[in-house]
Amino acid sequence: MSADLQDRAAQAIEMLAAAGADDAWATAGQSRDVEFNYRDGALEKVKDTTSQQLAVQVYAKGRYSSHQTTDLNPDRLAGFLKEAVAITGALEPDDQRAVTSAELFANRPEADLDLVDSTVEALDRDQRMAWCVELDGAARQHERVISATSAVYDGTQTQASASSNGFSGVQESTYCWLGANVTLSDRGERRAADGFFAGSSHVGDVPDAGEVAGTALKRALVRLDSEKGPTGKTTMVVDSRVAASLIGRLMGPAYARSVQQGRSFWADLIDQEAFSSKLTIIDDPLIVRGLGSRHYDSEGISAKVLPIVEQGVVKNIYVDTYYGRKAGMTPTTGRPSNRRIDPGEHSLADLLGAAGEGVYVTSWLGGNADGTTGDFSLGLRGHMIENGEIGRPVGEMNVTGNLKDLFTRLDAVGNDPYPYSTTLAPTLVFSDVDFSGV
Amino acid sequence: MAIKRRDFLGQMAAGSAIVTMPAFLPGCGVNQATQMATPTPENPFMTWFGVDEAVITRVMTELTANGADTADLYFQHQRTNNLSMEDGIVSRANSGISQGVGLRVVIGEQTGYAFTEDLTLESMLAAARTAAAIASGTGLVAPQAFNPKKTGDLYSIELPWADVGIDQKLPILKHVDAQARKGDPSIQKVSVNWSDSDDRVMIATLDGHLIMDHRPMTRLTAMVTATRDGETQSGYSNIAARQDFSWYTEERINKMVEEAVDRTLILFEAKRPPAGEMPVILAAGASGILLHEAIGHGMEADFNRKGTSIYSDMIGKKVAEPFVTIVDQGTIPKERGALNYDDEGNECGRTTMVENGVLRSYLHDSISSRQYKVGATGSGRRQSYQYAPMPRMTCTFMEDGPHTKDEIIASVDHGIIAETYTNGQVQIGAGDFTFYVKNGWLVEGGKITAPIKDVNIIGNGPEALKRISMVANDAKLDTGGWTCGKNGQQVPVSQGIPTVLVSTMTVGGENVS
Repeated sequence: MSADLQDRAAQAIEMLAAAGADDAWATAGQSRDVEFNYRDGALEKVKDTTSQQLAVQVYAKGRYSSHQTTDLNPDRLAGFLKEAVAITGALEPDDQRAVTSAELFANRPEADLDLVDSTVEALDRDQRMAWCVELDGAARQHERVISATSAVYDGTQTQASASSNGFSGVQESTYCWLGANVTLSDRGERRAADGFFAGSSHVGDVPDAGEVAGTALKRALVRLDSEKGPTGKTTMVVDSRVAASLIGRLMGPAYARSVQQGRSFWADLIDQEAFSSKLTIIDDPLIVRGLGSRHYDSEGISAKVLPIVEQGVVKNIYVDTYYGRKAGMTPTTGRPSNRRIDPGEHSLADLLGAAGEGVYVTSWLGGNADGTTGDFSLGLRGHMIENGEIGRPVGEMNVTGNLKDLFTRLDAVGNDPYPYSTTLAPTLVFSDVDFSGV
Repeated sequence: MAIKRRDFLGQMAAGSAIVTMPAFLPGCGVNQATQMATPTPENPFMTWFGVDEAVITRVMTELTANGADTADLYFQHQRTNNLSMEDGIVSRANSGISQGVGLRVVIGEQTGYAFTEDLTLESMLAAARTAAAIASGTGLVAPQAFNPKKTGDLYSIELPWADVGIDQKLPILKHVDAQARKGDPSIQKVSVNWSDSDDRVMIATLDGHLIMDHRPMTRLTAMVTATRDGETQSGYSNIAARQDFSWYTEERINKMVEEAVDRTLILFEAKRPPAGEMPVILAAGASGILLHEAIGHGMEADFNRKGTSIYSDMIGKKVAEPFVTIVDQGTIPKERGALNYDDEGNECGRTTMVENGVLRSYLHDSISSRQYKVGATGSGRRQSYQYAPMPRMTCTFMEDGPHTKDEIIASVDHGIIAETYTNGQVQIGAGDFTFYVKNGWLVEGGKITAPIKDVNIIGNGPEALKRISMVANDAKLDTGGWTCGKNGQQVPVSQGIPTVLVSTMTVGGENVS
């Protein structure tokens, strides 16, 4: 299959050149995705699909455009690519646009990242059903369960890329995930609900279905009788499972595009000791079996380990080739891979004990951040920290502040990076945080 | 492929649903549809997809070979064009074609689903066999003929977007840029995004109907960054509708640009309000986001038939004051959320969710309407041929009430007005919902005293409905480009509301020590 995709990408480059493109990039992709949903003792949905697409980027007469299609009928595809070049010609010239320089293709890592498990392709209905039944059984082990939906997702994705200046590559990966969402009857008409999903590129790394669904049920059970917590300034302990989301908010404007467009609070932070010395964030595309691992990025830039923040000092941001040129910055990569947040030495229990009191956040609900100023305000659910332990469940609260300022008050980092995410973040502890509730 | 994995992870949020304004994706593009083989006056949609009745019958037979309560083929061809302007030049375009057929079999509450992008008989039959595997009964006789339903006219357009060239759109982007830069000397950067699309769907159902719909869409966005005394602020505005090129009048565009500039400049003066519970006045228009999150999602019948919504046992009960009526209506011409037919081929209509304070009807798809033994509400929607439909909102709004905006403001001693929003989210079971206020105002002693910014508001659906204590007579629909996400599927929606007072909600803010 990957040879067919490579041919398709290479042919697209030839056809674009024939139509008048000076340079071009093409990516041909194919994916197989299977989803089983099982609810309350019965199979609810089976979705089994194979999808194909071609995406191209065209450089002609100093102009640039991008295009993608799922219609691979040869005649219509030829027309589509011709039109892509014609569209490019109708734009205004931009002398900063160029296909990725071949120098950036050099030193592509060759290490086996082990992203493909051939047993994923061999999974059958019986195995998926067995997981579903086990998940469903464990998820409904409580008298207050109204409904539980379990799911198994697996698939394979392959992408082949080629460019007019000699790039050629194929990346393939598999995935297999399972989990459950559980809804319980709570006071009045309220339902308490939560879920848990886990997975890997390899079937053998997927945790036990009963344990996964058991975790989902436990997470829902602790939501029972949740109430609004108090308004005030206190310590915030962010559970490792949801710390990635907060890191994502922080990193949202850490891109050359945002900086060049004047919409990033990171603009003044490069080389500065901007955050708490407890914070180290490394973009690492080379983690074996990592969920975001790769040999090259979407522009063909060879993968390498990229320190973003080291002990609070900003070392790099994400720089693609176009905005790098516009902003006068050396390209790193425009797309995050895996992010490792350096863990600390203490467990969650130790950190809660040290905090004594505060709010322990176990999930976010909505909210947003302004990438230009760093101002944020997020809805949350979690628990009060009482005498250094997990106390009563709280919800319907907001946390509000400024991201730049918040991460100067990162007082401690746990030893428990959460594995089922491309951001491997541990428990995070912040002091003097503004909460609103009752 | 890394992206795909992240999308997939993003789908796993437990029982939650979100609505957002458009993210600023780079993009752009242009016109001209795929060449049609040979246009026939008989049925242009069949020609478009290169199929005929015999092919559809053959595929439907295979799809229902193991039995079905309902089954459908959802053919879709969507052409999208984007253009963007940064640093004074229109130097990025994107065009995309998304074409395929989704095949669905439903037995009771069970669904088998497959799709293919290859519209050859062989590929469609293979996909049909995959979807049919959900069932294990005996085969049905598929219809030999499909009766076309009347084509809808909610958003008929003179000129398909495919026939509008870049040369026509480019001056509009230039105008937005120039107009925004004129707005204030502090404006440093302006970016403009344009998008248009022609979406053609053809749905063939097991009961022998053929539904065809051409769904145009367009959106224009301006984003502004300004710097004063070393401080930088940015803001944006956008307009969207199922309209054609003629919709973009200078007046409409200038108003949108003015909003983007005003929303940005006010941020230099805006502060965070104090944290905690307080009265919240929802400004008319975009504040319809409250309805979308506080009640709309919870009224989608899939959550209710599963018992997972806080509204599951509340039909017929009083949930709000008698002056509160909340509607979801897909038939408002040209609105972003409008639809002639839903994505199961049912005609869209008007569903009163709350009538004079009483909870009346859920939003149904065909699975839930069969289970509840009620008529379809035309709420079965899907993102594309790649997804099975489920109950969704279209245009959600509150009817006018007996009060006035001035009365409402005068009644508040200490609270805020929420005016513009970026996104919202709801947790269906507990009923907790949030929305993020980008711009608003502090109200003290019945008067507007200062601008505020960047606060999340959180509440509980049924409690917030009960606390709607005043409703003004100035209802309006917002023209922003709202997109609703649920179980990983994005669909365009509209929302609206008159000025409303909610007597108390929890407002994010600062604790003044």
